[in-house]
Amino acid sequence: MPVDVRLPTVLRQYAGGQATVKANGETIREVFEDLVLQFPQLGGQVVTEDGALHKFVNVYVDDDDIRFLDKLDTKVTGSETISILPAVAGG
Amino acid sequence: MLRLDSTAYARMIGHCYDGLPLEACGLLAGPKGSSDATVCYPTRNAAKSSRVYEVHGIDYRDADDDAEARGLEILGVFHSHTHTDPYPSPTDVASALFPQWHYVLVSLRDEAPMTRSFRIVDGKISEEPVVLIGR
Repeated sequence: MPVDVRLPTVLRQYAGGQATVKANGETIREVFEDLVLQFPQLGGQVVTEDGALHKFVNVYVDDDDIRFLDKLDTKVTGSETISILPAVAGG
Repeated sequence: MLRLDSTAYARMIGHCYDGLPLEACGLLAGPKGSSDATVCYPTRNAAKSSRVYEVHGIDYRDADDDAEARGLEILGVFHSHTHTDPYPSPTDVASALFPQWHYVLVSLRDEAPMTRSFRIVDGKISEEPVVLIGR
């Protein structure tokens, strides 16, 4: 069952302007693999060429940061909403 | 130029003082494509540090949602420097991802807060005037 992936305004340009896209997968890693296929430009913003999560990106399953779950191996069933957010940070 | 609504400005400054001794941060929103920041979204500093900040991702998501529901968009980010000038640090420049955003700095070093705004494009800092509106 496809899962909803929500994008903030700044990332929508990489997904045809859509606020929410659907992707298939049983883990975040698989969902991202599907996202890269559908939206190569968005994929480049989110994961590195090695398939690792980009340094300046935070990913949430509903309200939970995947860094505190199983990272890219976090399982999803399709009922969740995944949010991808660029890290807004500095010193 | 950044035109900053005076109520949003007051909320931003208050949030910066509330965050002491840590750096505080938040987002500014306004009509799409404008330079008019009409709404301030105070956010948690996920870094919980007096030296660095990271806008909490959930707060960013919720602010983005709220701005969209109001027909606005996030136009920039602000954060405080507790003991230094209101000027982007090397970390600020290295972390600035969005050329279209306003990067607002609030220094709490002196008795009165100092606010300055910048564009950061390809590592290059350009200051812009800040004008308070709606007073």
